[in-house]
Amino acid sequence: MIANRKIEEAAYQIMTNAAIDIPQDYLDGIKGMIDLEQGDLSAFVLQSMVDNWEAATEDRRPMCADTGLPRYYVKVGNEARVDAGFVGIEKSLRSATARATNDVPLRPNRVHPLWRTEHNNNVGINAPEVEWSFEPGADWVDITTVHKGGLFGTDYRMLFPGDGIDGIKRFYLDTLIAFGKRGLACQPAIVGVGLGGSKDTCMQLGKQAACLRTVGDRNPDPEIAALEKELKEIGNKIGMGAMGFIGSSMVVDCHIEVGHTHTGGMPMSVHTFCLSSRRATARIYADGSIAYRTDPQWFTPYMRRETIGWETAEEISSNSA
Amino acid sequence: MGNRRGNLKQFRLKLPVTAEDLAQLEPGAVVFLDGVVYTAREGVYKRVLEDKQDLPLDLTAVSNVNFHCSPAAAPDAEGSYRIGGVTATASFRFSKWMDEWLTRTGTKIIIGKGGMPREAYCDILVPHGAVYLTTVGYGTGALLGRGIKRVRDVHWLDDLGIAQAMWLFEVENFGPFIVDSDLNGNSLFAAHGDEINAGLAHLYEGLRPPALRRYGETDDRKREVM
Ligand code: SF4
Repeated sequence: MIANRKIEEAAYQIMTNAAIDIPQDYLDGIKGMIDLEQGDLSAFVLQSMVDNWEAATEDRRPMCADTGLPRYYVKVGNEARVDAGFVGIEKSLRSATARATNDVPLRPNRVHPLWRTEHNNNVGINAPEVEWSFEPGADWVDITTVHKGGLFGTDYRMLFPGDGIDGIKRFYLDTLIAFGKRGLACQPAIVGVGLGGSKDTCMQLGKQAACLRTVGDRNPDPEIAALEKELKEIGNKIGMGAMGFIGSSMVVDCHIEVGHTHTGGMPMSVHTFCLSSRRATARIYADGSIAYRTDPQWFTPYMRRETIGWETAEEISSNSA
Repeated sequence: MGNRRGNLKQFRLKLPVTAEDLAQLEPGAVVFLDGVVYTAREGVYKRVLEDKQDLPLDLTAVSNVNFHCSPAAAPDAEGSYRIGGVTATASFRFSKWMDEWLTRTGTKIIIGKGGMPREAYCDILVPHGAVYLTTVGYGTGALLGRGIKRVRDVHWLDDLGIAQAMWLFEVENFGPFIVDSDLNGNSLFAAHGDEINAGLAHLYEGLRPPALRRYGETDDRKREVM
């Protein structure tokens, strides 16, 4: 049985980690881009970002004052039990958000959409969002927080099967160009593409692809993996770099997630996870110990299962061996 | 990377900024600031320019640098505020207030995210002898937070909240910023945008347009969405 206070302890810690420490995979990705960047201004921007992340970690201050919209992704092992139950977990996540907002400090970003009222703690109606998933044969709870920048860089479009890969490329370019100008998307970004599902799952998949997979990670479907690489290259050939200056640094990596969709359609979403790619994960084990990391490991084989049953990670690797 | 930085001109300016200092700035130069800057965005503009409330202080005497930002701030034990990170917000939304605001306050430097449309520089900033500096990144919140040495004052905190209140910061080696518009209204973003636009059409060559169009949107990719 996991004590609920361990959930709150872990949630508070990852809120802090996410806000301050840039994930290593993203940092390495940006450093690699600096070496390739021919545009002086774009390269200057990237180098300043690296300086900024160092300052954030040294001073223990948030890397970006725009807190984004802090939220959670929880993966519960099927054998895990928490003493206060699911409601207890949700309560802890809200309380950890409020405490971290005051302590880090984070900017209280969350306001009522109409009355613009706020509680000064990033907690409100439907905020922070908590998305749940499950994992067979596990007795731990994984909690990931993502603080994604909020205003620019995301779009959705209903494409049709006949639009094909051309349609995907066009909409991808449209989104990057529109929001890349003047760097509204705070690129270079991890770009997530959602394909299929219904409109809401399409948005959700694209967002999770951007925020919950690390730089260098590839989709297990080899053809989708090839498309990820191709889209990354296309994005970096637009001619635009950081802040929309002339350059080549738009896309640190591109991740695609798919969901079976209506036979007549091919909905697509694009999400950009900005220069403050803030994500942090904690695993709370059955014995109450906590391990911290920056790879959410959200898309397990179980998450991507295609029929009624599913294969375990071990079965997949032994099948392909 | 030091060599790459060496390709760009750098300036360190004392505030309040003088007309002579401003005259040296050219688009693409890197700037650091020392002195006092204030924050004002839609909450403050509405109050002063639309609701006709008096400014809470003699702003012209204290600072001529308007930062479009809202800080991550929390009260500290000494009754002042701890500033964590500072990040600018997109400025294009504020151009409609700028002319009157510059007249009222004598502000000479606008700092924000992403600049304003080229016409706003020529029509509004240039006649007021003002320039636009953009923050870098834009997520350099920690570096900018470091440059803020003290919160000198904060106004309208209770009514407008942390994000919209008018903050006065004492800053040192505050930056980096990049000059977008100079005193002649040249715009760095616009110049780079023009060059990038010239190469856009070929990106779409050979890609068939989707069957279903979208109503009411521009299809001219040379245009900005802002
Ligand atoms: S998009 Fe990201 S880097 Fe840019 S201001 Fe928002 S949180 Fe910061």
